Amino acid sequence: MPPPSAEELARRKKLEVGVEIVSNQASTDFPGHWPGEDHEWDLEYFKNNFNVQFHTHNPHDTQFSLTGLDTSVANAFRRILLSEIPTLAIEDVFIYQNTSIIQDEVLAHRLGLIPLCGSHDGLRWLKWYKKPTDEDEGSGTPSDYNTVIMKLDIECKWQEGGLQRAVAGETDPDKLYTGHNVYARDLIWEPLGKQFDMFPAGQEIRAVNPDILIVKMRPGQKIQLSMHAMKGIGQDHAKFSPVATASYRLLPTVDILKPIVGADARKFARCFPRGVIKLEAVTQQDVAAHPDLEGQEGEPKAAVDDAMKDTVSRECLRHPEFKDKVKLGRVRDHFIFRVESTGQWDSDKLFLKSVKLLKVKCQRIKRGLETMRG
Amino acid sequence: MPGTTEEKAPVPIVDPTSATEEEIDPAVDRDRIRVLSGATETAASFQIDGEDHTLGNALRYIIHKNPDVEFCGYSIPHPSEAKMNLRIQTYDGVSVYTVLEKGLEDLMAMCDVVEEKFTVSRDDFVNQMQQ
Repeated sequence: MPPPSAEELARRKKLEVGVEIVSNQASTDFPGHWPGEDHEWDLEYFKNNFNVQFHTHNPHDTQFSLTGLDTSVANAFRRILLSEIPTLAIEDVFIYQNTSIIQDEVLAHRLGLIPLCGSHDGLRWLKWYKKPTDEDEGSGTPSDYNTVIMKLDIECKWQEGGLQRAVAGETDPDKLYTGHNVYARDLIWEPLGKQFDMFPAGQEIRAVNPDILIVKMRPGQKIQLSMHAMKGIGQDHAKFSPVATASYRLLPTVDILKPIVGADARKFARCFPRGVIKLEAVTQQDVAAHPDLEGQEGEPKAAVDDAMKDTVSRECLRHPEFKDKVKLGRVRDHFIFRVESTGQWDSDKLFLKSVKLLKVKCQRIKRGLETMRG
Repeated sequence: MPGTTEEKAPVPIVDPTSATEEEIDPAVDRDRIRVLSGATETAASFQIDGEDHTLGNALRYIIHKNPDVEFCGYSIPHPSEAKMNLRIQTYDGVSVYTVLEKGLEDLMAMCDVVEEKFTVSRDDFVNQMQQ
């Protein structure tokens, strides 16, 4: 049996996006699916086929494409990014005084959601806190290697002469009070033991975004509390997730089957986000290939510019004039990843961690299997 | 070459709660995996604790890539129990254990390739941006 042609392979890779249906979704690259074809797992083949291409690369926001791997694996990386990479977040809040109008539990919840950052070496050095158990008395003591203490101590007061200004009709809080806005920058880290060395000056533990507003207060209100920040994973609570979003989408394709010219071409371009469709002039070759374009030379003709910018809104499929002239699709093995970090780790490092974690998962199961079989 | 990883050695499985970087006892992993009743040498269901679709689906894919495999599928029997069942049936004379082991090895090798290519591509991109 002859090997499949390049067109056939491209067809297999393409999901077809219809008006109300997506077809050809399942991958078929398994042994026994196509008669006479191998499809056995081959590391060399994977090495040659797999590719990474970066689009944007900022510390906290990275976009890249992975091509030539299966959805199940790409999805494993995405799931690990969301829920299995450990980060540091505020877990316990001890409230000594809270006379603000935010209830204790709501305040504690808000504090927990604040992303923290600090020296990467220090964060790697930090271990997980183990909860105390009934069997082992004295277990679960917070220590410098698993707990980070932070304090918040703030009181709202009248400014000098603020009361008089208020009586005179001044309503701007900034001109009347001090300490009336509590921001994430007001959280003070209290280093313990070895934390002094692990988090040197400039890399101390602090909020990633110092301007997060936690509470608003008025004169006479006061907050005094201390917090224990610990390591955890997103599976346990979303505050431990290292990413704001980590998602992928498949590369869209737009195939223009019959030429779209004139006013239709402009309308067609408007069906897509800017930059997906460009307008070219109809050339002599076009006329030679499509006789019905006779006399339309120089008129605008729709051509695909950058399909990656498409959102696959399927707007063009709603208009009868484009019927049978366009085909939308997506490439099954081209994943456009976007990893937005909350700031504790850099986006690219997070992806590498997810790959490592998948490997460790396999390694542990393999180890268990080997021990089981003796 | 910049960013290439030479070591293909296993990553140490460190206990995340240990102050002294102790490794997790293999007995822990031994207890996380069991063979469900009714297993033969060529058809068995494994139950793995603490795993979900993340590993389940990736493992299912890579085991499907093995031509000795007649059937492979996974399920999460109950959403509030952290357990994953993996069923493997092989063609005559091939042990399900070697198939599962090969699947895990292939997935690990795949991770190495992904890591290596990702680092190289990132370093290239950073260099390009600096120029």
